[in-house]
Amino acid sequence: MATETTTVSTISSAKRKAWVGTITRILKYTLLRGATMLVTVVIGVYLTILIANMGGYVDEIMRGSIRESIGMRLANDEEYRRMDPEARTEFFEAEIANEEKRLGLDRPFLLRSLGFLWDGLTLNLGRALFMTSDTGSKEVRLIILDRLGPTLLMMGTSQLLLFFISIYLALILSRKYGSFVDRLVIALSPTSSAPGWFYGIFLILLFAAVLQILPFGGMIGTPPPENSFEYALDVLKHLILPVLALIISAIFVSIYNWRTFFLIFSSEDYVEMARAKGLPDREIEQRYILRPTLPTIITAFSLNLLFLISGAPIIETIFIWPGLGRALYTAVGLYDTPVIVASAIIFAYLLAITVFILDFVYALVDPRVKVGGGSRKA
Amino acid sequence: MDALRNTFKEIRRYPGAIIGLAIIILLIIAAIVVVFALPYDEAIRLWRGGEDVWYRNPKSVPPAWTNIFSRKDLPPSMALTAEDETVEKTREVNAEAGTVDIFYNFTIDYPYDDFPQELVFYFDGIYQEKSPFADIYWVMPDGNEIRVASLGIEKTQSLYFSQESKLQRRLGDIAPNIGLFVIPDSAPPQVMQGTYQVRVEGIGFEPESDIQAEFVLYGLVHGVAGTDHLRRDLSVALLWGIPVALSFGLVAAVGTTVLTMIFAAMGVWFGGVVDEVIQRLTEINLVLPYLSILVMIGTFYSKSIWVLLGATVLLGIFGGGIKTYRANFLQIKESMYIEAAEAYGAKSSRIIFRYLIPRIIPLLIPGLVISIPGFVFLEAGLAVLGLGDPTLPTWGKIINDARQEGALYRGLYYWILQPAGFLFITSLAFAMLGYSLDRIFNPRLRGL
Repeated sequence: MATETTTVSTISSAKRKAWVGTITRILKYTLLRGATMLVTVVIGVYLTILIANMGGYVDEIMRGSIRESIGMRLANDEEYRRMDPEARTEFFEAEIANEEKRLGLDRPFLLRSLGFLWDGLTLNLGRALFMTSDTGSKEVRLIILDRLGPTLLMMGTSQLLLFFISIYLALILSRKYGSFVDRLVIALSPTSSAPGWFYGIFLILLFAAVLQILPFGGMIGTPPPENSFEYALDVLKHLILPVLALIISAIFVSIYNWRTFFLIFSSEDYVEMARAKGLPDREIEQRYILRPTLPTIITAFSLNLLFLISGAPIIETIFIWPGLGRALYTAVGLYDTPVIVASAIIFAYLLAITVFILDFVYALVDPRVKVGGGSRKA
Repeated sequence: MDALRNTFKEIRRYPGAIIGLAIIILLIIAAIVVVFALPYDEAIRLWRGGEDVWYRNPKSVPPAWTNIFSRKDLPPSMALTAEDETVEKTREVNAEAGTVDIFYNFTIDYPYDDFPQELVFYFDGIYQEKSPFADIYWVMPDGNEIRVASLGIEKTQSLYFSQESKLQRRLGDIAPNIGLFVIPDSAPPQVMQGTYQVRVEGIGFEPESDIQAEFVLYGLVHGVAGTDHLRRDLSVALLWGIPVALSFGLVAAVGTTVLTMIFAAMGVWFGGVVDEVIQRLTEINLVLPYLSILVMIGTFYSKSIWVLLGATVLLGIFGGGIKTYRANFLQIKESMYIEAAEAYGAKSSRIIFRYLIPRIIPLLIPGLVISIPGFVFLEAGLAVLGLGDPTLPTWGKIINDARQEGALYRGLYYWILQPAGFLFITSLAFAMLGYSLDRIFNPRLRGL
């Protein structure tokens, strides 16, 4: 009797120990990944800033435009015109120096880029040169935050729908291997070589121009509905085409890939065994096919998401969607450096956060990662 | 050689591969023909030459073949000069009066169902001091004669029928491009089909005087591809888009794949710090917003297609492919023959380039082919963002022009559908070939 209780308690304590061990390993892994991710983001953001400024190229453009605009302003200034030439030059140069100081152009580039890096990382993004947020503020952070929501809405909706639809259909297809629908999906998979914006053009042509049942673009009609329910409905209406475009551009190849993947796994011995035991299909799928393939599914999902996020500018431009990508596009047109850098940084952050979250989920579902501490991704 | 023959034998079993390959070969032949038949300078002249190259083309009209699908037979554009058979020109010197009579008769066969876009005369007057003078008459198939205008012919002189307000008043306040073709009192206005004549009766006041006249009827369809808002013939850009798209896609795909492979092989072979650095770079690359960076480079630095191509390749080196290659190289590195090579003292470069890389080339080809459409669309996408190469005519730039001119709102679908069709066929061909190759080279997928 006594011996039995001790065994039980040792077992439970061993279990608890293993549990605690797992948690510490996951924590350690997460911390380690978090730290490397941070370094990665810092380097990535710095590179982005360097490219954004092209080694001071943009500064030259800005200096030129400052000189021109001040010259224009002073040319219309009566008092300035009455000054003697020497005082005039002096005043002119002083005005330019003042303006350059306001825009932070007087510091050397390296110093400024480091300052920019710190500001960028802390999201203290300063003030835009030309653009304004929806509320009329010049605060870059507000401009970016205005645009973040729509981008996440579009990308999130399309990506989640795509993910679940394609996995669900792939499971069905892997059961009906060789059927007509199966071969049809294989035949259609090359259509995914065209990106979302390309299908977007066709969808706009069909549903907006010819059938005239859905809007050409934008996120909300004009004037926007007062009622919040109608507002949501209107946004939904504007969301249909871009989301559909993104889904069409990826659906066939992802169904095809998952189906092939599941087929390879369902020919494993342990799946045959489960079938021989007479387990229902659903259980076989969930326990013997989906569970061991989860890490791979997550990796593919994350890579796809990253690809999609960085591709946002084009689809947002096509659908006039007021997101980050379009903000970048507008800022580039205006040479609004702070906004360009800020939106590139936000993109870098979004990508990094995605990688980090998926790494964490990955650690949860892949038993090998738990054992290895800092083991590498497959 | 045997392996190659076997591959071809395999390819024959996949219809997708055959179709894809056939389209690719056609496109490559087309690209070569285009580059030779329409040399770069000529294409640039036709695309960016300015008004004097395109003035005979109508504005924003669909291609002529759309007539097959439409119930109405739309008029094509016609440009007639004295050299054409349907144009008569006589010039008689009247020695007594010291004048010259110049007479033109343009005969136009008009069996179409819709009115033209615009009618214009382009004149060149030849004189020393006193410019010649001309009366222009329009004769309808029913014999009705209408005076169009009377005007002095300067050295270069154009006559836009739409701007002749007197003519419009004479026609009962109907725009001349309609009024000169309409069956009287028909509602809705109907075209009087038949043979029209335009007469130019000119008189020169110097013995050497002459008038060169060109009559242009701007139709509602034009050429094989239609025109854009600047009257440019779209076929130039559609044709030149082939070599541009193919070379961008191929160079980017091959460049990225080869460089990625070399870096992956070096990482695996040298291991340690090199491997670590390459792995970290891959992670940083994952976080870099590549499209934003390309947009920035295009805006701040250069829109040249080759600069963007270089940036694309650089950003692609440490892309997702490097992990797959690395895993393959890690396996190959353990092979006996590599050990043997090491044993006889082969240099690292020899092992990497002669023993490691050739082994994974079969694995790499499908991926390379599949990646080509992505790059073709990347170029088009950049053009859609307004970052197309400023000189080269490309498919993406047509789509961008069309979007900016609101082609979809205005129902000018041909403008977007043609370049889009080319893009789609090209990408589909490479994708079909790529997926089939994937199944051929990847034994695990065979039969699936």
